[in-house]
This record gives sequence, structure tokens and C-alpha cells, in this order.
Amino acid sequence: MKAYQCIVCGFIYEEAKGLPEDGIAPGTRWEDIPADWACPDCGVAKADFEMIEIAA
Amino acid sequence: MAPIVIVGSGLAGHTVARELRRLDAETPLVVVTRDDGAVYSKPMLSNALAGNRSAASLASADAAGAAAQLNATVLAHREVASIDTGAHAVAFTDGERLEYSQLVLALGADPIRVPLGGDAADAVMQVNDLADYARFREAIEHATHVTILGAGLIGCEFANDLLTSGRKVDLLDPAPWPLGRLVPERVGRDYANRLAAAGVAMRLGASATTIERRDGGLRVRLADGGTIDTDAVLSAIGLRPRTQLAQAAGLAVNRGIVVDRNLRTSAPDVYALGDCAEVEGHVLPFVMPLMNAARALAKTLAGEPAEVRYPAMPVVVKTPAAPLTVAPPAAGAGGGWRYDEGTDGSLEATFVDAQGNLLGFALLGGAPATRQLLTRRLPAVLG
Repeated sequence: MKAYQCIVCGFIYEEAKGLPEDGIAPGTRWEDIPADWACPDCGVAKADFEMIEIAA
Repeated sequence: MAPIVIVGSGLAGHTVARELRRLDAETPLVVVTRDDGAVYSKPMLSNALAGNRSAASLASADAAGAAAQLNATVLAHREVASIDTGAHAVAFTDGERLEYSQLVLALGADPIRVPLGGDAADAVMQVNDLADYARFREAIEHATHVTILGAGLIGCEFANDLLTSGRKVDLLDPAPWPLGRLVPERVGRDYANRLAAAGVAMRLGASATTIERRDGGLRVRLADGGTIDTDAVLSAIGLRPRTQLAQAAGLAVNRGIVVDRNLRTSAPDVYALGDCAEVEGHVLPFVMPLMNAARALAKTLAGEPAEVRYPAMPVVVKTPAAPLTVAPPAAGAGGGWRYDEGTDGSLEATFVDAQGNLLGFALLGGAPATRQLLTRRLPAVLG
């Protein structure tokens, strides 16, 4: 599983953990997160910026 | 036709340019910056040492790359000296003029400096942009002890970051608890205890008066007569919106450059956003307000006037030793703080009015789910 970091605020999304509080189940791949999802820390929309892949 | 001109290439200027290009790929666009034009995210600067990030690695593109991405002309190392709002033109410090169809001021904010005495007062550093970060990182390469002046958001984040990078840290603030503008006393004191437990030497109620050179380092002298021997001093007192350029051009200025819900200044076709702007009374130097403003302004610039809306926008304080999320109540809001200690060691402070409405919160530790639930109950900042 991969992890992605928001280039604006540093928030890290780990696919293995998901974001259950956001309705994103553990194991959800980055590609499968809805397009209208936004970074929970800084509010940047998924489509607007580049999450960078980092070593999980 | 004259281009749209954006002054400032920080997160605000860059984001409005990027958002504009999503709506309008062609209108000529010029980005002017005093810096080198590299694209980076300022919030990352206070968390970069722990990951041993170089300044270069924090830049996602250089000026040429930004120009290509944005289909824009990026004028780096250029400073706007004045704005002629009647003629719709800016003048650079070298006298050259540039006409604009629409002008965006994304000027940012200056770090507040407190006057310090001593023969090493000029050795005090600040980190307000990527070039500052590069200098700071180089200067502390061999430092084992860093003293930070100011326990606000940036001071606390740097304290945690320096600690994680293996250095000793003293964190000073004249106030009795850190993050005084964002959290009530009980949360502030608990937060301070957690940073102290992680290893930060918290010096609250303390202020520096002079910085002197000593053999191999610096000596900070305190108002109470005490001293701290240290290798480097970082100032993180606070930020002041950059308003001088706007003021000199005759624009309405209060704490920040005054703009309405459309981010219009008092001059036609001149807009402002980000840390330099005061939006209907709100000066909010945080990422979420800036992103909301950039999206709205991009629409306006593209010909579809849009008002900025601010939802509830909690601020995440990036101190892993004491994870904290804060959403302060509006200034002057009536109500009181309530406290709830979780079995997981968290402290949940909620600001509730007489009718039981949640108007603000501070969450120390605790599950992200709690943060989401609280955020949903908050009123919009600017609905």
C-alpha cells in the first residue's frame, strides 16, 4: 500500500489506514478516492494539487 | 490587452494563478516576485528539518517551471515600487512600468521583530520564505541548541521540528502559556506540559532583552536577569500583513489591505488575498482561507464574479509531540469554555454559547474523528 503527502500542508494519506472518519475505508487506493475529496488539513481539493507518493 | 498581473509568488499568488489557468488558459498572465520564483509551500517550512529536507527539495518547480506550468511570464527578483491605480500600471524599483488589466496583490506578511540589544542582535534569524529556510538550515547545521523567541503557531512547530531533528530547544514567550491567541489557558498549559515532556525547555513568562556573542556561540539575556547559552536564535513573534505598497497607492488599509467578499480593494480592478488581505474584517494567515479565497478570485478574474465563503476552518498545529487542532471562536463571541478529558489522554475544549451552540474548539490529542464531528457543528466563518 502506498502513502501520499499533500504538497501544501504535509498531510499524509496512507492507503492502508484510509480515513474512516471521512468515510474512506482502510485499504482505499488513492485513485479510488472521490474527485470531490479535499485534504482534511488544508482544504486543497484532490484534483487541484499533486499528492506526492512517499515511502509508507 | 494588458495582462493580469499577480504580485507575489507565495502560496496565495501561485494558487490564484493555478486556479485561474483551470478556468482560462489564454489571458496573458504575469507573476512578479521579489524572490527567485520557485514554487513551494510555506507551511512546510516549519516541518522540514525533521525530514532533513533541503530548501531545493521543498521547491516543486523553479521560475521557469512555474512559467511553463502556468503559461505565464514570471518576473523573478523584481520588486513593485508603486501602483498607479488611475493608469492601471505598476512601476518597478528600476523605474520600468507594466500595465495591468487586473492586479492581484498577494504580498504576504512580514515577521514582527522585537527590538533586542547586544552585539549579536543581528544574528537572530527568521524563517518567512524558502530563502530564509535555506539560510537557517545552513546556519544551524552544526548547532545542537536553538532558542526560539515566540511560542505561537510557527514557534511551536519549529520547536517540535528542531527537537525531532535531534537538537535541544528553548522556547520563550512573555505570555503565561503558548498559542495564547488560539487556545484558552487550560489547553495552553496542558499543551506546554506535553511539549516539555517531549523535551522542549518551555520558558513562559520570559522575554529576551539582549543577544550577545560568547565563545563559540550566543548568549540570550532575559528580562529577569537569567541567561541561556545557545548556538542559534530563531525569532517567531508573529506576522504583520504587508500593506505599505497598497497604502502608498491610496488603497483602504486597516490591519490588512481591506477587501470585500469579492476580494476587491478600494481601487478598481485591484484585488488582494492571502496573508496581506483583510477580508470583511478577517485577517487569517492560514492555508484554508487562502485556498478558498484563491478559488473565488480565480473565477472573478476569469469574468464570473464570485464571493469568497469561509467554512469552519480549524487550524492543525503540526506538533507531533502534542497534536492540536484549534478553531477559535469569533472575537467577542458570547459563551464559555467547557473541558472534557478523554480516556485516551485527550483534552477537548469546546466554546459554547448560552443556547448550547458550538462556536469554537481546541482538541489536544484525540481521534481525527472527533475533530471531524466538532468541525461539522461549527458555524461558517464567512457564510
